Amino acid sequence: MSDERPVRVRVTGPRTGHVRRASIASEIDAQSVVGEIYMRSLIRSQLKLALGVVLLLALSVGSLPLLFELSPAVRRAHLLGVPVPWLVLGIGVYPVLIALAWFYVRRAERNEAAFNDMVGGGRE
Amino acid sequence: MSTLAVVAVLVVSLATLGVGAIGLRISRTTSDFYVASRAVGPALNASAISGEYLSAASFLGVAGLVLLRGVDMLWYPVGWTAGYVLLLIFVAAPLRRSRAYTLPDFAEFRVESLVARRVSSALVVLIGVFYLVPQFQGAGLTLRALTGAPTWVGAVVVALVVLANVVSGGMRSITIAQAFQYWLKLLALLLPLAFMLAHWHRHGGPTGRLHTVDWVEPMQGAHAPYLVYSLILATFLGTMGLPHVAVRFYTNRDGRAARRTTVAVLAMLSAFYLLPTLYGVLGRVFASDLVTSGRSDTVVLELPRRIFDGAAGDLLTALLCAGAFAAFLSTSSGLVVSVGGVIGQDLLGRRFDGVTAFRLAGVLAALATLVLTLLSSGLAVAHAVELAFAVAASTFCPLLLLGIWWRGLTAAGAVAGMVVGGALSVTAVVSVMVGETPGGWAGAVFAQPALCTVPLAFATMVGVSLATRSRLPVHLGRTMVRLHAPEDLELDRGSYHPEAAHRPG
Repeated sequence: MSDERPVRVRVTGPRTGHVRRASIASEIDAQSVVGEIYMRSLIRSQLKLALGVVLLLALSVGSLPLLFELSPAVRRAHLLGVPVPWLVLGIGVYPVLIALAWFYVRRAERNEAAFNDMVGGGRE
Repeated sequence: MSTLAVVAVLVVSLATLGVGAIGLRISRTTSDFYVASRAVGPALNASAISGEYLSAASFLGVAGLVLLRGVDMLWYPVGWTAGYVLLLIFVAAPLRRSRAYTLPDFAEFRVESLVARRVSSALVVLIGVFYLVPQFQGAGLTLRALTGAPTWVGAVVVALVVLANVVSGGMRSITIAQAFQYWLKLLALLLPLAFMLAHWHRHGGPTGRLHTVDWVEPMQGAHAPYLVYSLILATFLGTMGLPHVAVRFYTNRDGRAARRTTVAVLAMLSAFYLLPTLYGVLGRVFASDLVTSGRSDTVVLELPRRIFDGAAGDLLTALLCAGAFAAFLSTSSGLVVSVGGVIGQDLLGRRFDGVTAFRLAGVLAALATLVLTLLSSGLAVAHAVELAFAVAASTFCPLLLLGIWWRGLTAAGAVAGMVVGGALSVTAVVSVMVGETPGGWAGAVFAQPALCTVPLAFATMVGVSLATRSRLPVHLGRTMVRLHAPEDLELDRGSYHPEAAHRPG
C-alpha cells in the first residue's frame, strides 16, 4: 500500500510553445508593466524624432516670414538677377522638405528595427 | 470660340466616364474597392495621391494669386507640400496601422465612441463640400474663358459628369486612373510653359510690371505677418485631415510603405509646384489686364493665346484645358467618393442597402456643392481651397496628433475639441465665402482663421480630456500597440475591423 503513493509527473509538452514565447512580445500581449514600458519607449523615441524634425522645419522654412519681415536687405536681395525671396520660396524650399522627409524615414525605420530586434529577438 | 479646347474638355470628361465604366466591371462591390487595391507599390500609389490632390487650386489658383498678389502667395504651394512632411512624421504609418479606412473610422477606433464618429462624419461632409465648391467654380471659369458661357455652365457640367459617374456606380478612385492624372497635369502645364518661356527669352516682353514693390517683395500689405503665419499653420496642419487623402493611405501595404509613399508624394508635388509660379510671372508680363478685370484665376488658360497666334496658341490652350478639367474631375471624384461613403454609411445606411445609400449620398453631395457654388461670392479659387484646409487643421489635426501620440485623449475631449474648432473655423469660412466679413483686424482673422482656431481646438481637446481622465477608452493599451508596433511583429492588436463596418454592398 505504501508503494502506491502517487507518482510525480512533470508537466511538459503542450506548454513548450508558450515557454519559447515567454518574451517581450508576450509581455506586450499581456499588457504587463514590462510590456507597457517597451511600448512607451518605442512611442517616445518616435515622438522625439518627429518633434526634432518639426523643430528643424520651423527653424528652416518656418522662420522665413520672420526673416523677410525683419530684414529689408534680405527682402530686396537679388541673385543672378532674380529676387532672393522668389528663389527661396519658388524653388529652394522644396529640396529642404524632401531632405527632411528622407532623414525622418531613415531614422524612424532604424527605431523600429531596434524595437523589432528587442521584441522579436526572444521569439526563436 | 476655341473648338479644339472644347473638344479637349469633352475628351477628358468622356475618358473619365469611360474609366469609371471599366472600373465598374473590375470592382463591383464596395468591399472590392476597399480591399483589392491594398497592395499597391509606393511609386504608383504616390502618383495616385498626387493626382487626386492637385486640384483646381493648384492648376489654376496658385498662378492666379501669384499674378494678383505676388511673392507672398508662394506660401500656398509651399504649405500644400509641407503638409505632407507633417503628415509623414506624425500620421502616415500609425494611420495605416490603425487599419481605419476613413477619419470617422479612426475616431471611433481610438476613442471608442459613436458620438465622436458622428461628429467626424459631419466634419468630413463639411470639409468635402468646402473643397468641392472651388473645383466646380474652377470648371465654370474654364468654360467661360473658352466659350464665353456664364460661369454656372461649367459648374453644372462637372456636376453632371460626377453625377453620371456616381449613378452608374463607376466612380471609384481607381489607383491607376488617378496616377495617370498626375502625369497628365504635369505635362499639361510643363509643355506650354516651355514654349512660352522660350518665346519670352527670344522676343522679350514688357517687364516693367515685375518691379512693383508690393508685388515683388514679401510681407507687404496690412497684417502680413499674421496672414502668412496663419496660412502656414492651416496648410501645414490641414493636409493630414483631408478626407480624400486619409483614404488613399489605406491602399499602402503597411506602415513602412505608407512612409515611403509619402516621401515620393513630396517629390512629385515639389516638381509640379515649380510650374504655377512661372505662369503667374508670365501673366504679369503678358496678361496683366486680368488683374484689373478680376479674372486672374484664368491666367493659366489665357496665356498661350496672348503669346502665340493661330494654331499654336489654340493647341496649347486645348492641352491646358484638358489638364484643368482632369484636375477638377480627379479631385471631385475623390472627394465625392469620400463624402458619399461617409454619408451613405453613417446617415443613410440604416434605411438603404450599401450601393443605393452610396449613390444617393453622392448625388446629395454633388447637388449641395452645386447650390453652394452658385451662392458663393467668387472668392479666389486657391483661397477657397485653403479655407477647407483651415477647417481640417482645426478639427482632424488635433484628433490625429493627440489620438496617436497622447494616451490621455478621451472621447469627451475629442468631441469637444472638434466641435469648438469646427464651429469657429466653419463660421469664418462661411462668412468669407458669402462675402460678409468685417474690416480691419477682425477681417484678417476671418480671412485666415487657423492661427486662432487651431490652438483653441488643441486647448479644448486637452483641457476636456484632462477633466474626464477617469474615462479613458477601455482598449487603449491595445490601440497604442496597433498604432505604433511594426507589422512584422506578431502581437495582439485588438479586434477592431473597420471593414466589418463597411459592409460589401
